[in-house]
Amino acid sequence: MSTSPEEITVYEEVRARPEFAELRRRFRSFVFPVTVAFLVWYLLYVVLSGWARGFMGQQVVGSINVALIFGLLQFVSTFGLAYWYARYAGSKLDPLAERLREEAGR
Amino acid sequence: MSHETLAISLFLLFVGLTLILTVRASRQTKDATDFYAGGRSFSAAQNGLAIGGDYMSAASFLGIAGIIALSGYDGFLYSIGFLVAWLVALLLVAELMRNSGKFTMADVLAFRMSPQPVRTAAGISTITVSIFYLLAQMVGAGALVALLFGLTGEAAKALTIVGVGILMIVYVVVGGMKGTTWVQIVKAVLLMGGAALITLLVLGKYGFNLSSLLSEAAQQSGKGDAFLEPGLKYGTEAQGLAGKLDLISLGLALVLGTAGLPHILIRFYTVPTARDARKSVLWGIGIIGVFYLLTLVLGFGAAALVGSKEIAESNAAGNTAAPLLAEKIGELIFGDVGGTILLAFIAAVAFATILAVVAGLTLASSSSVAHDLYAHVIRKGQATEKEEVRVAKISAFVIGAVSIVLGIFAQKLNVAFLVALAFAVAASGNLPAILYSLFWKKFNTAGAVSAIYGGLGSAVLLVVFSPVVSGKVGPDGKSLSLFPEGVDFHWFPLENPGLVSIPLGFLFGYLGTVLSKEYRADKYTEMEVRSLTGIGAEKATPH
Repeated sequence: MSTSPEEITVYEEVRARPEFAELRRRFRSFVFPVTVAFLVWYLLYVVLSGWARGFMGQQVVGSINVALIFGLLQFVSTFGLAYWYARYAGSKLDPLAERLREEAGR
Repeated sequence: MSHETLAISLFLLFVGLTLILTVRASRQTKDATDFYAGGRSFSAAQNGLAIGGDYMSAASFLGIAGIIALSGYDGFLYSIGFLVAWLVALLLVAELMRNSGKFTMADVLAFRMSPQPVRTAAGISTITVSIFYLLAQMVGAGALVALLFGLTGEAAKALTIVGVGILMIVYVVVGGMKGTTWVQIVKAVLLMGGAALITLLVLGKYGFNLSSLLSEAAQQSGKGDAFLEPGLKYGTEAQGLAGKLDLISLGLALVLGTAGLPHILIRFYTVPTARDARKSVLWGIGIIGVFYLLTLVLGFGAAALVGSKEIAESNAAGNTAAPLLAEKIGELIFGDVGGTILLAFIAAVAFATILAVVAGLTLASSSSVAHDLYAHVIRKGQATEKEEVRVAKISAFVIGAVSIVLGIFAQKLNVAFLVALAFAVAASGNLPAILYSLFWKKFNTAGAVSAIYGGLGSAVLLVVFSPVVSGKVGPDGKSLSLFPEGVDFHWFPLENPGLVSIPLGFLFGYLGTVLSKEYRADKYTEMEVRSLTGIGAEKATPH
């Protein structure tokens, strides 16, 4: 955990670069809103399971009801968001991080 | 051959295979990075499988299938919380943690703080969460052997717990992270294979028509359409507002707890780069998600084919639903022999499941004792790697022995709440500290220490004074709490503390931070750059 003075310089140097500011902005502007969105979407599901049972119990096709479809949609949204983030990180974050690593000589 | 003999043979086969892999791993385990982090040389796919193997506990497999078989839809609520939680780990934690940490959760928390108080707090929290979780699995193993093999004697249960305990110690001490990871990979493949096979057979029985499976399940459950809707187990109308708030509280702990579980967090260190950590979580999400979809079919399939009444008679919590279903569907399709084989296979898989999870927990807690408490607090960073690893191995023995003793002692207690409590503690203490550490510039030692102790303390205290510990009585007048009937000192109305303790954890972390003047700009710069770019991150060991 010890850090030599010259390493500190490397970190401060990198942090001053515009690419780093851009990387940070791209990362945070993706993960913060998406986190809020999926937490709200999940809590909506839990709240409806507690307080809107009539709605959740409505049958849609055969014995498949709204509650089951809503639950399965949570799976779909989780898979979808994970895939979307992977695509985003691969194209928008990784190249910038890599360039910063190369420029820092590490 | 009886299913008992067959199950034990299959299980011994699993033990034999994993022991061979463990011994092989031990030959490749040379330094501390190998022992704690598997040399950081696992591929994303391997680590993804191991994440699944570490995460899908007996509570997930037997527990959720059982809840669905007895109470229908409500078991699904559990699965969804357990799955969505992985988005927190993916987006906010996995990559940043891989880049800034080394061996334990505390590495990230102590990065820019005063190491001793923060590592002490993180170590205590790691051990608490892991022991809660371990205890639930150990008691589960004892109960499982009784259910599956009809061995109801105390001696048989105790012997099972001792056996499971010894095996987990061997995996960790001999194989370190490499051995443990291989156990988890093999288990994940077996569990997915077993669950997929039973699911296919069940769906095939209903002509791959989910709707007719569901209506049959609703009918056989004796509860009708309500069986397919939320509300039979959590937040029932009879429990009123407290019950519904409890549902929210449980949901919060599940979705926020995963990214604070130490045995899950250390898995991110086993791959070469942050990008691999991300990819392994993607693999993990795929595997875990599919698994929970399979348990949905297993649970409803058990209700439809075995019947809720028969399952409840076998085990009041429904833990035998999946094995009973395996036996039934095997009989229906392949005759008696098929039933025996499938039951034996699923029983063996259930034991493999428990073993892989307890090994992961033992590794996480003994790593924290050695790396955080011994090397950094007691020896103040002066311990050599060799000494650290030796202490880790000794700790694995001690933690294993303690959990064996506690497991035998707790055999008769109702400890099912411990897994949910472990998630609540992780969400209340660890998660606020981790997120503040990674994202909040001003966060400092006082903040980290207050978040961990405040969150951990409030979660545990609220549970002590909740109905799970005392004062909950069933319709037959018998106690449903940890304490026997007649003892009642509960005043907190919810069974899950998360709704109160998680915001408290974040609040404590905030107050601790703003009330202290400490702030190290240079270390924050280092952490921010390192976590986002990987500059200065720990490298994989070349082999």
